[in-house]
Amino acid sequence: MSASQRAGGGAIARRRLLDLSFQALALVVLCLALAALGALIADVWSDGGRRLSWDFLTGFPSRRPADAGVWHALTGSIFVILVTGLLAVPIGVAAAIYLEEYGTRSLSARIIEINITNLAAVPSIIYGLLGLGLFVRALGMGRSVLAGASTLALLVLPVIILSTREALRAVPPSIREGSYALGATKWQTVWYQVLPVALPGILTGTILALSRAIGETAPLITIGALTFVAFAPDGLWSPFTVLPIQIFNWVSRPQAEFQVNAAAASLVLLALLLTMNAAAIWLRDRYQKDLG
Amino acid sequence: MRGPAPALPSLAGVAARGAQPAADRPPKIQADGLNFYYGDTLALQDISVRIQPNLVTAFIGPSGCGKSTFLRTLNRMNDIIPGTRVEGRVLIDGTDIYGSGIDVVELRRRIGMVFQKSNPFPKTVFDNVAYGLRVNGMAGSRSELEARVEESLRQAALWDEVKDRLRDSALAMSGGQQQRLCIARALAVRPDILLMDEPASALDPIATQRIEELVYDLKKTYTIVIVTHNMQQAARVSDFTAFFWLGRLVEYDRTDKMFTNPGEKLTEDYVTGRFG
Repeated sequence: MSASQRAGGGAIARRRLLDLSFQALALVVLCLALAALGALIADVWSDGGRRLSWDFLTGFPSRRPADAGVWHALTGSIFVILVTGLLAVPIGVAAAIYLEEYGTRSLSARIIEINITNLAAVPSIIYGLLGLGLFVRALGMGRSVLAGASTLALLVLPVIILSTREALRAVPPSIREGSYALGATKWQTVWYQVLPVALPGILTGTILALSRAIGETAPLITIGALTFVAFAPDGLWSPFTVLPIQIFNWVSRPQAEFQVNAAAASLVLLALLLTMNAAAIWLRDRYQKDLG
Repeated sequence: MRGPAPALPSLAGVAARGAQPAADRPPKIQADGLNFYYGDTLALQDISVRIQPNLVTAFIGPSGCGKSTFLRTLNRMNDIIPGTRVEGRVLIDGTDIYGSGIDVVELRRRIGMVFQKSNPFPKTVFDNVAYGLRVNGMAGSRSELEARVEESLRQAALWDEVKDRLRDSALAMSGGQQQRLCIARALAVRPDILLMDEPASALDPIATQRIEELVYDLKKTYTIVIVTHNMQQAARVSDFTAFFWLGRLVEYDRTDKMFTNPGEKLTEDYVTGRFG
């Protein structure tokens, strides 16, 4: 009796130790990841922090590094990402609703599913080539905001579809049953019950997908956004540039002052990204609170 | 316990007999030779039963015997499970609900359902009850809607507890209150049949008693079918009892007869707690 108790006590001590060591390991890994991020931000800050100013934010490109600003690229990035969202979110959410709520488990549905997962892993430059061929040339959109946003919308669509499906799948079946049992149609059930519950998850996935799109350079360079644009975009058909391209442009110049500008522009892009992610968290918490 | 557990008697011939109580009125619900399949698995076999209006009918039987599955065939809730199939007929007020031209949405409005685990929508108390009215186009004016919500909550004996909390989340209520809210929600769309799938199995004795009292009151207006694994509950609340075993209806009769003098040995063994 006492022997078995001692053995049990030893086993418990071992399990506690294992528990503690795993916790310590996880903490170390977390600190490493945060330290890498911190070092990156500190490095960019030390390079470009002194260049940040209101004039830099509202300035336009210039041959003189001290006069150059990012207003055209900042507004370009925001405008393109807004249009991307307007194009990709309704289509992506609708596609996910169809696949999850309406689609049957047929062979064609499974093939579509596998293809969407594959599309999410396709390198972004491929989307750039598609955008060049389809939007810029075949549809005659030229090097416009609309062409850029359409290309990025294609890029984020699979991610939005996948994350929306995850969010829909997480809605308890009992809620759907309760709604059907009251005589609600499928559409009413999806619209009034399933979507509101899935909304925080959909929003989080969508904003993270758009955050990825805002940092994309390759597909936009491919469709020809790497031209000298010295004004803020003023419409869907306007030529444009975005922050990553402006950074790329400055980094490739020989003058050291332009490198400083690139670091400062990186800080602006980081701030934009962090703002979007914070918005995602805020929206998620807000809606989860509503659900009580 | 009287002696060792008996070997379960063979079911041969049992389902064919399927004792039916004398019909004093045309049945509200009638199943004729109903078979039900999950994929290739036969879950219900040759179920025939006539359920009387304005009475409480209890379905009893061990877990997996098909009682919940049968309940869900009565408002076609199994339709939303992929790979299920029904053979035979279910008549409600004489109309085959699996026949062509049946609107499942309208059917489910007429047949309210309360589930084993209370499933209030993650919305306010008011919106939970109002939802069915809204989706069925029965909401009317704001004052009509409010009146109907209050009436439903009163019918479910919940009004006095929630009248000051109509704008609070339904998920903040106790388990028993949530289940009565689900009953109120079902009553709001004015069904004439109420199906209850083990409505009190997750509740404490006091909350269970309130649900049972409610069932007793509601049968004046509604035809109620209640699935329960609690035999005392079946004996307390029901007028008729149907005993299911391995996907078959073994015996169906007046509750007092089922519990005191059942016609089948199997029923007697089950209601006296010798297996199950």
